[in-house]
Amino acid sequence: MQRIGVFVCWCGSNIAATVDVDAVVEAVKNEPGVCHAQNYQYMCSEAGQGLIKNAIKEHNLTGIVVCSCSPRMHEATFRKTAEQAGLNPYMVEIANIREHCSWIHKDKKEATEKAVILARAAIAKVNLNTPLRPGESMVTKRALVIGGGIAGIQSALDIADAGYPVDIVEKSPTIGGKMAQLDKTFPTLDCAACILTPKMVEAAQHPNINIYSYSEVEAVTGFVGNFDVKIKKKARFVDEKKCTGCAVCTAKCPSRKGGNEFNCNLDNRGAIYIPFAQAVPNVACIDSTRCIHFKTGKCGICEKSCSAGAVNFDQKDEIIEQKYGAIVVATGFQISDVTKFDEFQYTKHPDVITSLELERIMNAAGPTKGTLLRMSNKEHPKDIVFIQCVGSRGNTCRDKTYCSKICCMYTAKHAMLIREKYPDVNVHVFYIDVRTPGKNFDEFYRRAVEQYNVDYIKGMVGKVWENEEGRLTVQGVDLLSNRRIMLDTDMVVLAAAIEPSEGVRNIATMLTASIDTNDFLTEAHPKLRPVESPTAGVFLSGVCQGPKDIPETVSQAGAAAVKVVGLLAKDKLVTSPCTANANELMCNGCSTCERVCPYGAIDYIDKEVNDHGKREVRRIARVNSALCHGCGACTVACPSGAMDLQGFSNRQIMAEVDAICK
Amino acid sequence: MSEDIIAISGINPRQCMKCGKCSATCPAFEEMDIHPHQFASMVVEGRIDELLASESIWKCLSCFACVERCPRSVEPAKLIEAVRVSVLRERGGSFLSPDEIPAKLDPELPSQAIAAAFRKYRK
Amino acid sequence: MQVSENTENKEFKPLIVAFCCNWCSYAGADLAGTSRLSYPAEVKIIRVPCSCRVNPMFILKAFEKGADGVIMCGCHPGDCHYSTGNYYARRRMTLLFSMLDYLGIDRARTRVEWVSAAEGQKFSLVMNDFAKTVTELGENIKLGDLRCKKQQD
Repeated sequence: MQRIGVFVCWCGSNIAATVDVDAVVEAVKNEPGVCHAQNYQYMCSEAGQGLIKNAIKEHNLTGIVVCSCSPRMHEATFRKTAEQAGLNPYMVEIANIREHCSWIHKDKKEATEKAVILARAAIAKVNLNTPLRPGESMVTKRALVIGGGIAGIQSALDIADAGYPVDIVEKSPTIGGKMAQLDKTFPTLDCAACILTPKMVEAAQHPNINIYSYSEVEAVTGFVGNFDVKIKKKARFVDEKKCTGCAVCTAKCPSRKGGNEFNCNLDNRGAIYIPFAQAVPNVACIDSTRCIHFKTGKCGICEKSCSAGAVNFDQKDEIIEQKYGAIVVATGFQISDVTKFDEFQYTKHPDVITSLELERIMNAAGPTKGTLLRMSNKEHPKDIVFIQCVGSRGNTCRDKTYCSKICCMYTAKHAMLIREKYPDVNVHVFYIDVRTPGKNFDEFYRRAVEQYNVDYIKGMVGKVWENEEGRLTVQGVDLLSNRRIMLDTDMVVLAAAIEPSEGVRNIATMLTASIDTNDFLTEAHPKLRPVESPTAGVFLSGVCQGPKDIPETVSQAGAAAVKVVGLLAKDKLVTSPCTANANELMCNGCSTCERVCPYGAIDYIDKEVNDHGKREVRRIARVNSALCHGCGACTVACPSGAMDLQGFSNRQIMAEVDAICK
Repeated sequence: MSEDIIAISGINPRQCMKCGKCSATCPAFEEMDIHPHQFASMVVEGRIDELLASESIWKCLSCFACVERCPRSVEPAKLIEAVRVSVLRERGGSFLSPDEIPAKLDPELPSQAIAAAFRKYRK
Repeated sequence: MQVSENTENKEFKPLIVAFCCNWCSYAGADLAGTSRLSYPAEVKIIRVPCSCRVNPMFILKAFEKGADGVIMCGCHPGDCHYSTGNYYARRRMTLLFSMLDYLGIDRARTRVEWVSAAEGQKFSLVMNDFAKTVTELGENIKLGDLRCKKQQD
């Protein structure tokens, strides 16, 4: 039998004015288990808490009920009070007689009756409370960053600078991501490589950072603080330690028919290649699908030309197993498929390009060495038309429903750069809305219009076709003057929607991190926890969470890193004891609970149980208390009633129902 | 009246984001007094009388290029069709009233013409 | 005889049990309190971590013990603190409703409402409305355990 103390708070006049606190004390005195009851003006005050502590010691109480304000307000306070008096903090229950009683009822008799019933329910519950102790789990002090773009690099650098080892897993042969492909960045117009490559080098040289390039995450198990990850290091057929990055092999490779992904396939690369000059690691990689040696067994020119002897055709995929405490997802984005928009002739005419292709054309290291040329005939263009919102903001099967966010700014950037470098080129931009929220962003766009005379046309393009002169005709509409526009132009640039990288769904599944209908990873709270996934220990960095530009990506990457550091700084994680628990004797191992658990906290073990003297090995559910959040979904799903939730057990809730309905 | 057009077309014109791709696409644009992109907002604003009187509804080719390319599933051709149908129904009233028919009955009048005259009534 | 006397003399006050999830509806009820938005004192709230913790057995138990109405409140679909709990709750309650039909208990005695932490106003409106409905339905005699009743009298 418990020895329960009941403490009724007046909360000044907040409770005492509507609830007869003396009557409540009188009424609960003879409830089962109650051996002490009293009221006081302010229970949460120093004196009030002292009163509780004294009563616990004096009456040797095993549980207490505080009739006061909402448990969301002071449950933690009174649990601490109990703990200080040597009582288990989970032996405290609160009867909410302020928010749920005195503040909403005017009739004193009615309110007092209700307060008594609420107190009785809490007493009935505390009668069944058991002392609970928070669990602990260890933290592996190492972080994994999936994706080596600017988001991943920044997160890794920040975590590494705080003193924790980080591994970056990047699927392509170099880190750098999409930012490495960009020419200039808005709104300052500094060159992307100039600000990105020092960071890439810093990451490569950082003693706490280890880069697994040309690698992919294969499997993830475990939970916050204790992830077990399998990483597949794909064979690049070049010894990373020996290769000096001299690029002799790449120049000599005779297989040159395949497109160069780094330049958006606007030119070709060899089967052995280094994606770009500043690649990190600066190590060649053989594309075995294009290599003549792998097709015919002959050639081997790269092997012969390599003075370092780095080429190794026998290299195999390697599996690396590593433990991590936290995982940052920074998988980034890709350009959505514009081939479905046949009205824009993207697949039919080489002068219709995407904005990323234009970035490469404008870039000094790109396919045209930075000269703006028509891809059809390599001539200087006279007119360029930009079309915005291609594939964004629609609700048909061809479109993304969201705004891709970065297109307005990069289109203004492109328009401005072209007008700056080639004042003879006329630039027209078809827009639906120009969205430029951000520091110095609208000023930037206005500069394009006012200083660089870029022709912004409010309206959309209906179709594009090749005319008799071999140029392109653009048929659009100017909504402001309500007239049709026909423009002859040399190039059409499509501001294609961005979408999460292919494969993010696979990674999300491995991590049990949730994703939305657009395949963006979901944050734990859209406003208050924007860089955390609902899955503990998984953090979000960059566009994998939603469209964002470089400044935003970098700040989010830093925020994710801080969260990781905050986690890794702990030696042990304290877990709430209010978790589910399976009764070994009742569980029949049916797997129902495992299927409803949103956190993957339940697994099954074969365990020997002693069922009334009969010993046998049974398959029973095991709850990982580090993962369990205590929602209780499994307790109701369990067909045999084996699963119960500590702190909110079936018996406790039933007892409350009984007490209320008595 | 707006509700009628919305009901007949099965289109929610409030989905329109005013991009103008319909008008940019329309092959009959130059012939029209009210352009395809205006239909959505005019239906929302309830300016149906102007639409009923518009030349555009007879210039629309029903080629469905705007239906194909509208990114917001507003599909102006369906709105235009709905206005056209409303005009046809309205016009029926000025053709014949049921009371006029007995006097005009002619044994040689084809029954199809009577049916056609009825078909044009609004209610 | 005693029972009929009671009903003649006293206005019928229903007994209503409300299960509220800790993160949204319980906080919504707190907000109703902070905003002094009244609802009948017959409503007694039981705190659960999530609406998916509410076993339909709890509701039947409440009816057996003499509750006249049971309402369950959770986060709005899609807003669950545990991401999917209220979806489970919604499905379970749908099943319970057909069970109640089978038992002959008026469906209107049980209700599911989504109340967020910001909806103190809604909480109060919902409770007032539910109490009104249950009062109109009168005493729940279908499931009440007669033995319990006798002891009480």
